[in-house]
Amino acid sequence: MRPTDVAGLPAPGGTPGAMPILAAERVSKRFTAPDGGAIPVLEDVSFELWPGEIVALLGKSGSGKSTLLRLLAGLIPPSSGRALHRGRPLDGPADGVAMVFQTFALLPWLTVLGNVELGLEARGVPPAERRARALAAIDLIGLDGFEQAYPKELSGGMRQRVGFARALVIEPDALLMDEPFSALDVLTAENLRGELLEMWTRPDFPTRAMLIVTHNIEEAVLLADRVLVLSSNPGRILAELDVGLPRPRRRATPRFEALVDEIYGIITGRDGVPTAVVPTVPERASPTEQPLPPATVGGMAGLLEILVGRGGREDLPDLARDLNLEVDDLLPLVDGAVLLGFATVDDADLAVTPAGRDFVTVDILTAKELFARQATERAPLVRAISNALAAAVDGRLHERFFLDILRRGFSEDEARHQLEIAIDWGRYGELFDYDANTGDLSREPVEEEPDPGAQVSPTVTLRRGGPPPPRGSRARP
Amino acid sequence: MPTLPFPTGHALRRPRWRPADVVVAAAVLALLYGLLRFGQAARAPLDSAAAAGRVSTDPVGLPGFALRSLARMFVALACSVAFTLVYAPIAARSRRAEKVLIPALDILQSVPVLGFLAITVTAFLRLFPGSMLGLEAASIFAIFTSQVWNLTFSFYHSLLTQPRPLVEAVRMLRLNRWQRFWRLDVPGAMIPLVWNGMMSFGGGWFFLTASEAITVGGRSFALPGIGSYVAAASQRGELGRVGLAIAVMVLLVIGVNAVFWRPLVAWSERFRMEETEAAEVPRSVVLDLLRRSRLPRLAARGWHPAGEALGRAMRVLGTPRTPAATGTGRRRRAGDVVFGLVVAVAALAGAWEAVRYVADTAGLGAFGEAFRLGTLTFARVAAVVVVSTVIWVPVGVGIGLSPRLARIAQPVVQVLASFPANFLFPIVAAVLVATHVGLDWGGIVLMALGAQWYVLFNAIAGAMAIPSDLREAMASLGVTGWLRWRRLILPGIFPAYVTGGITASGGAWNASIVAEVVTYGGTVLTATGLGAAIAESTAEGASGRTLAGIIVMCVYVVTLNRLVWRRLYRLAEQRFAP
Repeated sequence: MRPTDVAGLPAPGGTPGAMPILAAERVSKRFTAPDGGAIPVLEDVSFELWPGEIVALLGKSGSGKSTLLRLLAGLIPPSSGRALHRGRPLDGPADGVAMVFQTFALLPWLTVLGNVELGLEARGVPPAERRARALAAIDLIGLDGFEQAYPKELSGGMRQRVGFARALVIEPDALLMDEPFSALDVLTAENLRGELLEMWTRPDFPTRAMLIVTHNIEEAVLLADRVLVLSSNPGRILAELDVGLPRPRRRATPRFEALVDEIYGIITGRDGVPTAVVPTVPERASPTEQPLPPATVGGMAGLLEILVGRGGREDLPDLARDLNLEVDDLLPLVDGAVLLGFATVDDADLAVTPAGRDFVTVDILTAKELFARQATERAPLVRAISNALAAAVDGRLHERFFLDILRRGFSEDEARHQLEIAIDWGRYGELFDYDANTGDLSREPVEEEPDPGAQVSPTVTLRRGGPPPPRGSRARP
Repeated sequence: MPTLPFPTGHALRRPRWRPADVVVAAAVLALLYGLLRFGQAARAPLDSAAAAGRVSTDPVGLPGFALRSLARMFVALACSVAFTLVYAPIAARSRRAEKVLIPALDILQSVPVLGFLAITVTAFLRLFPGSMLGLEAASIFAIFTSQVWNLTFSFYHSLLTQPRPLVEAVRMLRLNRWQRFWRLDVPGAMIPLVWNGMMSFGGGWFFLTASEAITVGGRSFALPGIGSYVAAASQRGELGRVGLAIAVMVLLVIGVNAVFWRPLVAWSERFRMEETEAAEVPRSVVLDLLRRSRLPRLAARGWHPAGEALGRAMRVLGTPRTPAATGTGRRRRAGDVVFGLVVAVAALAGAWEAVRYVADTAGLGAFGEAFRLGTLTFARVAAVVVVSTVIWVPVGVGIGLSPRLARIAQPVVQVLASFPANFLFPIVAAVLVATHVGLDWGGIVLMALGAQWYVLFNAIAGAMAIPSDLREAMASLGVTGWLRWRRLILPGIFPAYVTGGITASGGAWNASIVAEVVTYGGTVLTATGLGAAIAESTAEGASGRTLAGIIVMCVYVVTLNRLVWRRLYRLAEQRFAP
């Protein structure tokens, strides 16, 4: 069910010959890998945004949902296929399309008024009219009285209001939103979402269609008429769901919850719909076919402990809600636990396996052994590194060796990121160690040079043993 | 809303003049008059008054001299800013231009500016025959070349590191190139530009002093200015007048800081991105005065329609478009090859001409000789860096770890770093003459006079940047003494120290050209070294040898930067960055 457009335009498909505002025709987007190969981010995606509808794009991080949004915005060109605005191929941001950003993206040196006026200035609107229209937009969005304030004087919620005012002042026919509420606290986000929907239903609201990228499943169901779920590596359209709930929507209804559950199921790879992230036979995948999810050992252990404490089985949406985690925070941990064989996902339910139960109940040394065994068996990159180091003459190989291999399937940053995750896991399992100074990976822990000050110097003790350091902290003393 | 940063329209309509307005208006008038006089003087014919040694050292003329020097500094600064605003965007936005412009900038930054003075003076004198304008231009050019690279690099770096959301927002709003430049590019780079401008301006005094009195091809020239005043006083051995000039110079440095840079720094705070909130917001009395006055606002109101019109005219620059699809790779690559070939051929031809010129005039042996002398100068530079490190790092750390001391010492050190060390040369030279210490060793002291402050300044800044929780953690663990230095302080100040070391080493190389030959009261002190060789061949007009000397010095500086400083810098970024 799609609501009829507020301005009286028929719903999509209602009239033959009607035109979508934005369309992607079989677009693919590949980024060039450092070794010259192509890394697909989006593959063969077709999509249409029709007047009168709100569409949500959902997916894990790395699913290319932001890339798809930027293609439709005209910010980046597709590698193949076409992105169209009202039937015309885009060669840059279109006049009638505005965007709201996750980080607000306000110019800090301009006042609220200056920021809102900017788009009109770019369109050559004379100063007097510019001012009048900007003030009207500021009024509309509830920023009255803040015209002369600088963005840094405002709270996050107020800043995002400026972001909305700046987008709406040009009266766009399509409004693109890139996780517009995810940088806000829960209450502020709820409030702003409500106001956006309230404006949307007003008859004089100029915007005909909205496209929102989000990783919050409830937000998608709350706002959208249509939800598109993208898969990861590369991004393809995995599923399309019509929400069809009457507005205003309430979370605590069975239909709402059923829909959220269904989407969770799709994203985590419900039976029969394998996503690229949870493979059926991880034992045979190569490091580039089966990327490691960005999960820390501590995070996975914490998740499993909570799961065991709740009887070993829990509904993922409930878990996310109770822990106040969003998909992007929770799913990497779920993927990691599943990959290592510590948990299974079944129809949006997360269940702990016997190995997972052991992992969080046995003592630390046994847990490390168990982790090492699971990781070498099931995490392709960890296994590849272990095998390579075992074969190396002195049990020592430079990181370049592994990065070169990873770069065939990942971008420069992602290759490094993958290696960091593997090092984190390998260190925890005491499978191998890494010396940040030399960039060497070694089979046995790196011998520290004898140092009389080592016992009292925390810069040394912090780097050795203990829990694995968080990602990205490698480079710091 | 407590207070609005800018008053509304009502304030503008109030007709009464406030005291602040009178002060600001008077300052504007004085500035205009000063520019007028400077312009008149610059157009004067090149007469005997331009010869060095004829410069009057009568203290009465000193204020006028100081103002003329100051005017040169600001003209050079304006040129540097204009150059930066054009060069950096081209380098940042054009893929091909970047490949040429950035390495060129890197080399030019390492080149000893003073070595080129001979060439530029000759060229500018030919450009403005018989007029003081040639000398003025040469002096301004010397200052310009000493400060412009820093500014340009800083702007280029800011352009490359613009936050992606802001870039995307500006593109979504469809700002054209001109609008984007003034709304995003320049404001986003404002803070580093102002800071680099301030630092480069401080360094510029040194080159001003060196370029106001110069001997080229057997002829000496002098521009009326505070630099030539010191040179003349030194030649005549008038130590008292040198002291007077030093006092005026100190006032000048402090005055420019108070009236120009402090307000600018305080004003630029509004361009700070939120993520990097300043610990202590810089304030300026002068800026407060300006803000209280209505004149800036009136000026802004007058500018507004002009700005609108200019903005309309500049729409011709266009809006950058996204190509419909990428994939015309082959043609682009062919273009790259052609472009690369043209640049390479031009560069090689130029280099070949330069070498042939040296071979024809001074013989290729000049290169070997320059390399031999270069080792001596290199040894002096190394000594300067090592000695200043040993002395000033502990002092700087001591100051930096004590907030009270740092508050007092930092502005003082900043003035010291801005103060042109060549003003002190006569005093040191007098001591050297009196004690019969040769310049071979004394030159180290002269070179260190300017260079050492960078080490101290950065050691203070580095020590201040050590997080207090780390210091407390060390204290609670009982880490003290040498262990504390090794594990906390030295790693903590390392990034800042490397910056200071690079600057000090570059400064020492530049100083060698004026520090290895010093005249005091009729005695000429000379050290054996590449700097002295360049200075001598310049004075004799042996341009072949000068060119060889400069090329070799460039090779030394660039090699040293690549082999030592660049590596330390990378290490600092990777391992010790806060």
